[in-house]
Amino acid sequence: MEQDTITAISTPIGEGAIAIVRLSGDEAFAIANRVFQGKDIYEVDSHTIHYGNVVDSKTNELVEEVMMTVMRAPKTFTREDIIEINCHGGMVSVNRVLQLVLREGARLAEPGEFTKRAFLNGRIDLSQAEAVMDLIRAKTDKAMNVALKQMDGRLSGLIRQLRQELIETVAHVEVNIDYPEYDDVEEMTHEVLVEKATHVKKEVQKILQTAKQGKILREGIATAIIGRPNVGKSSLLNKLAHENKAIVTEVPGTTRDVIEEYVNVRGVPLRLIDTAGIRETEDIVEKIGVDRSRQALKDADLILLVLNGNEEFTKEDAALFEAAEGMDVIALVNKTDLDQQIDMNQVKHVAGGSPVVTTSLLQEEGIDELEEAIANTFFEGELESADLTYVSNVRHIQLLEQAESALDDALNGIEMDMPLDLVQIDITRSWELLGEIIGDNVHESLIDQLFSQFCLGK
Amino acid sequence: MYNAGQYDVIVVGAGHAGVEAGLAAAKRGAKTLMLTLNLDLIAFMPCNPSIGGPAKGVVVREIDALGGQMGKTIDKTHIQMRLLNTSKGPAVRALRAQADKVLYQQEMKKVIENQENLTLRQGMVDQLFVEDGAVKGVLTETKAAYYAPTVIVTTGTFMRGKVLIGDIEYESGPNNQRSTVKLSEQLEELGFDIVRFKTGTPPRVNSHTIDYTKTEQQPGDEVPRAFSYETTEFITDQIPCWLTYTGEFTHQIIDENLGRSAMYSGAERGTGPRYCPSIEDKIVRFHDKPRHQIFLEPEGRDTEEVYVQGLSTSLPEDIQKRLLETIPGLEKADMMRAGYAIEYDAVVPTQLWPTLETKKVDGLFTAGQINGTSGYEEAGGQGIVAGINAAAKSLDKEPLILDRSEAYIGVMIDDLVTKGTNEPYRLLTSRAEYRLLLRHDNADLRLTDIGYKMDVVTEERYERFTRKKNLIDQEVKRLKSHIIKPNEDVQNLLHELGGSPLKDGVRASDLLRRPEIKYDHIKQLIPNDETLPEDVEEQVEIIVKYEGYIEKSMQQVDKMRKMDNKRIPEHINYDDIQGIATEAREKLKKVQPLSVGQASRISGVNPSDISILLVYIEQGVRSQASNE
Repeated sequence: MEQDTITAISTPIGEGAIAIVRLSGDEAFAIANRVFQGKDIYEVDSHTIHYGNVVDSKTNELVEEVMMTVMRAPKTFTREDIIEINCHGGMVSVNRVLQLVLREGARLAEPGEFTKRAFLNGRIDLSQAEAVMDLIRAKTDKAMNVALKQMDGRLSGLIRQLRQELIETVAHVEVNIDYPEYDDVEEMTHEVLVEKATHVKKEVQKILQTAKQGKILREGIATAIIGRPNVGKSSLLNKLAHENKAIVTEVPGTTRDVIEEYVNVRGVPLRLIDTAGIRETEDIVEKIGVDRSRQALKDADLILLVLNGNEEFTKEDAALFEAAEGMDVIALVNKTDLDQQIDMNQVKHVAGGSPVVTTSLLQEEGIDELEEAIANTFFEGELESADLTYVSNVRHIQLLEQAESALDDALNGIEMDMPLDLVQIDITRSWELLGEIIGDNVHESLIDQLFSQFCLGK
Repeated sequence: MYNAGQYDVIVVGAGHAGVEAGLAAAKRGAKTLMLTLNLDLIAFMPCNPSIGGPAKGVVVREIDALGGQMGKTIDKTHIQMRLLNTSKGPAVRALRAQADKVLYQQEMKKVIENQENLTLRQGMVDQLFVEDGAVKGVLTETKAAYYAPTVIVTTGTFMRGKVLIGDIEYESGPNNQRSTVKLSEQLEELGFDIVRFKTGTPPRVNSHTIDYTKTEQQPGDEVPRAFSYETTEFITDQIPCWLTYTGEFTHQIIDENLGRSAMYSGAERGTGPRYCPSIEDKIVRFHDKPRHQIFLEPEGRDTEEVYVQGLSTSLPEDIQKRLLETIPGLEKADMMRAGYAIEYDAVVPTQLWPTLETKKVDGLFTAGQINGTSGYEEAGGQGIVAGINAAAKSLDKEPLILDRSEAYIGVMIDDLVTKGTNEPYRLLTSRAEYRLLLRHDNADLRLTDIGYKMDVVTEERYERFTRKKNLIDQEVKRLKSHIIKPNEDVQNLLHELGGSPLKDGVRASDLLRRPEIKYDHIKQLIPNDETLPEDVEEQVEIIVKYEGYIEKSMQQVDKMRKMDNKRIPEHINYDDIQGIATEAREKLKKVQPLSVGQASRISGVNPSDISILLVYIEQGVRSQASNE
């Protein structure tokens, strides 16, 4: 029926050890084959499962060890070819797999779309039609709410501004076409177009790199554990890593002892930075950690600031709070199993609005509260909508990446000396894609722009 | 009242829409009657004496490919022809001709008079006969009753037309012809939504009183050109146009007298088009612009009247004269006719099916300016579709619906019936999302086949088209299979053109894709056994050179078509569908889209509404199947 191949993560996010990326459609096998190092999907029997690696074909980088389930149409849920990629590495790697199949040509499924296809292809009983419609409606409404709510005002403002630049450029190209004799309108040139397209492309790249949510999805939340020596940083790290099956990676191109560990806390992917540093300095007590902590602070999105409840609040502690000012901080008052010397009111005062959690890492107390505080910081307390937030983010990123690649096409076209009215097709496309992010995509507005920007007519 | 005859199709009006409608219906084999107010003003151009331009020129070629007349007539009667946008890509090139208005009319009249199956009569239609929701015929002012199962109304700006010059206003069609009031009233009684639009025209001046030394000449192209694919004789004796500008004093006079402009006097008025603003509009909206272009366009070979393009206005006559005095070259110009604005009734076009038949009255079609468009070409494009479809209805043949990837005419009609319009609608290339496919050079390739199936294209022409198509296909195939080796000829040529040399053999088609290479170069390197016509070579070059872009467009078209092929059942009840958003439901009920694709183009109908609609339709299909 509908040819394009859709994909989504079909397991709840952040729950369970395995996450599944599902693909459905004519291209499902082809796309899977392009990212999969293992058996040729076309060759294997239907309804079988295969071990292999998902590899980024651009960088040749190993993304994830997976089990791939192959189901050939028509005996599938949607009656289309279906691939299910079973991942186990937590949110970051599942997301990378998803991003990869999107890049290879799959489209992110609309809310309820697998079910819709199942119905349209005759897989689901007629009596369930109403239920299918309700499901689509409900999922759409919820997704829209979440998308609107979590859309950062600055981001949408920036995208509006970029779209305005694009549409002014397009209108300029258009006016030259539809009113070729209006000599008082400057002729758009390849040079100007290159400049505009390059500028917008750079901005889009910047959004992709810096957008907080986007960064979370691609890289995890850079998390620094800071604190004076011997307050329990190492225990915290071990606890988080142990409970959440950390993946330890060496960061290429940096000093050997900088190590990152990925952990998945209730669906929030944390990238713990400079974990080697923590271990090292905890071992050598004299090498006081404040300076080192400052360094870690620079790169972090989230600060876990550990205090010793068994000691009084010190100047160094205050200095650390100061250094972390303006960032997302969660303060841990550790060692509640020992005698409490710290003045909690003072801690709360210094912490400002940041959450303060009391823990005994040794006795494994307060871990739940800590994890909840982390989740709350990034999903604003609505854990059940984490799935949706996540999905709308994936959508945004896909759209931004497509916009970027449309701009690339435009720039290539210019390089190939293609006429401006063809180059314009790709520029308009990028304008439309950015519009989809902010839910604004009316073709008519180009014509509005044309007539408000230029004085035309007989 | 007397019975004046029985027809298959009656066309009310003989303007640019009426002419194409009447001719197409007659060619399709319908016994057709064309009624007009004044036999001397058939295909009259009440505004600018020109045909074509970006998008519009492509429409003329589309009309021609569908066997229509506009292109052929302008080819015979123009005083100047130019190909526009030659420095840009093939998708946006377009022809524009300056017309000899009088000759154009005479020629059109002759063609109509000589068309088999077509009867031409003078008469004002006062009333439509409508019984049980279906049209049965028309009654003229002189009480002649004509009967037909289909009627095409192409009354242009005549419905309750009102001319405005300063504070003077009077009931009138364009150029002081009589306006029609009764028809408009009857359409309202029948339940049609009517909107009030306006447009305008500039003054005309006597050529003898223009000082051309103060203006710049705008000549036609030296290469002879034609709209019609059938034209073989070209006009070489061309007449130039002239360019001048408004200035500071022009703007000052307008500023001072704005209150006396009919459109700025504060009275509630119809909506005018943004793309065709009056000079008052331009000064108000772009106050900082120091000057505006004014093109002086002769209205014909045997007249001294010159159209002052750019000076459309509804200012009082005395002010118009003073404006002219401020324009270089026109200081002493004698104003033969004053400019004016005209207000008129238009039918809200979302009340039409894509065949241009009205939803409210079976067998009643409307085409042209009455549907809220502006421009001769837009009118002609609708006319030919309405004519073909009215004949189809009468003779029980297949209707014609062009989609957005097939023709600008398809874009226009889809826009009108799906989105409606809140100002007089003009085609622009930017309205077409697949404009790379909708080129002026391939209109015949796109539409001859369709026209042939609709019986409006002759056998001979169809054969010529098939030959051309085959030649193109063969040559493209040849270029794709022929490997050019890096021999001396090639390397020398590439060196000469400033390109990098070949390392290995390449397909001729890949070489042609290089920016510096033209088809002529390829021809030189690997000559074809037979000499190809120029238009075939042009197609081959475009098809190969822009293949990447064309393919991308085609992919989008495939997607669109898939949705367009999903029909919505005729008697669908949108109130029955749970889960569709309220706004979408209201819009769907109003537009009554024929396909899911059309539904998805309605503003306010979201993807989730479309999903739900799809599920609902599937549910209906399956429960029907299980009942049988």
